[in-house]
Amino acid sequence: MSVQAGADRGQPAAGLSGASILREIKASGISFIVSVPDITTSEGLLRPLANGAGPTLVRICKEDEGIGICAGLAHCDKRAVLLIQQTGMLDSINAIRGVAVDYSLPIVMMVGLLEKEAGVRPRQSKRYGVRIVEPILDAMGIAYHEIEDESDVPKIKPAIDEAYAKSQPVVLLIGQRPAAP
Amino acid sequence: MMKRDVCLKALARHVTDADIVLPVYSTAFDWLDIRPNPLNYTAHGAMGLASSHGLGLALGRPDKRVIVLDGDGSLLMNIGTLVTAAALAPKNFFHFVCENGTYEANGGHPIPGLGAVSFAGLARSAGYRSVYEFSDLKNFEQQAGAILSETGPVFITLKVEPSGPQQRDYNRIHGPAVRQAFKDAIRAG
Repeated sequence: MSVQAGADRGQPAAGLSGASILREIKASGISFIVSVPDITTSEGLLRPLANGAGPTLVRICKEDEGIGICAGLAHCDKRAVLLIQQTGMLDSINAIRGVAVDYSLPIVMMVGLLEKEAGVRPRQSKRYGVRIVEPILDAMGIAYHEIEDESDVPKIKPAIDEAYAKSQPVVLLIGQRPAAP
Repeated sequence: MMKRDVCLKALARHVTDADIVLPVYSTAFDWLDIRPNPLNYTAHGAMGLASSHGLGLALGRPDKRVIVLDGDGSLLMNIGTLVTAAALAPKNFFHFVCENGTYEANGGHPIPGLGAVSFAGLARSAGYRSVYEFSDLKNFEQQAGAILSETGPVFITLKVEPSGPQQRDYNRIHGPAVRQAFKDAIRAG
């Protein structure tokens, strides 16, 4: 399930733009962003979304709520992105297992990697809470993509389209803080 | 105290074929016998999430009434849903709780806070537009139809007795056939 990041991770990380990620989200036909705040994506994505820069923002109390809400929306042919932090994703493993994997539903998760070192691949992070994310997704059979710099942004729309076409979950791992638009 | 299946029968008289209903666990098995319909949404994937699925459906299909038949143990597992639902305030969202004080599908053990927690109070302070609590069947029967005509979000807790043993074939609520039937039904209208 692992999908290689586009950048050379041995080099210093180039920037990541919130505006370009938002463009991909809009181009993917996303109607709803369902979110618990995440410090990695706070200024580059959530803040502009809260200011009306795109799909309807649904604020939730806990990440597993979002799995259910996105499932309900999917049944209504409404596309959604669950914008959370990896800590919340880890907290929601059973909901992801039951709703997204067992029921084969298109749950699209955009996950900020709290404390991941810029330019370092998640598996090579010194942070345990970052290092374990991709192996857990592998164990669950969930596709994921590393979004580390601008060269990775064009992966977003095809990943979302594929999740809906195949009715399966996907995780987009945001590896550094996107710049605010 | 009321009997759950009798309450559900009273409610079913006011539920139309166009409504989406999300019953959980023991309530689901009662409900499927009382109101078999492909727009019953019973596969929630994880305990506590029925109301969250319901919120997604209510946002995605504002033309349909979405009726969640939650349990008290289930609601405690996702208590933040009350705040989320009240803040989103979908006009078509009706959140019932069958309050029997136990984790009935998991051995009948008592919920934490039994006798102390007020689910109506929690929903009221979360900001639901209307909140009701019923322990008398006649009162519920008299008001059920009017409640379903209100603007949501509405919260209704039903004080019910724990019920006896059930035949629980979980394929009836989680199986591929019922999930596909729901998908087909909601796409059809």
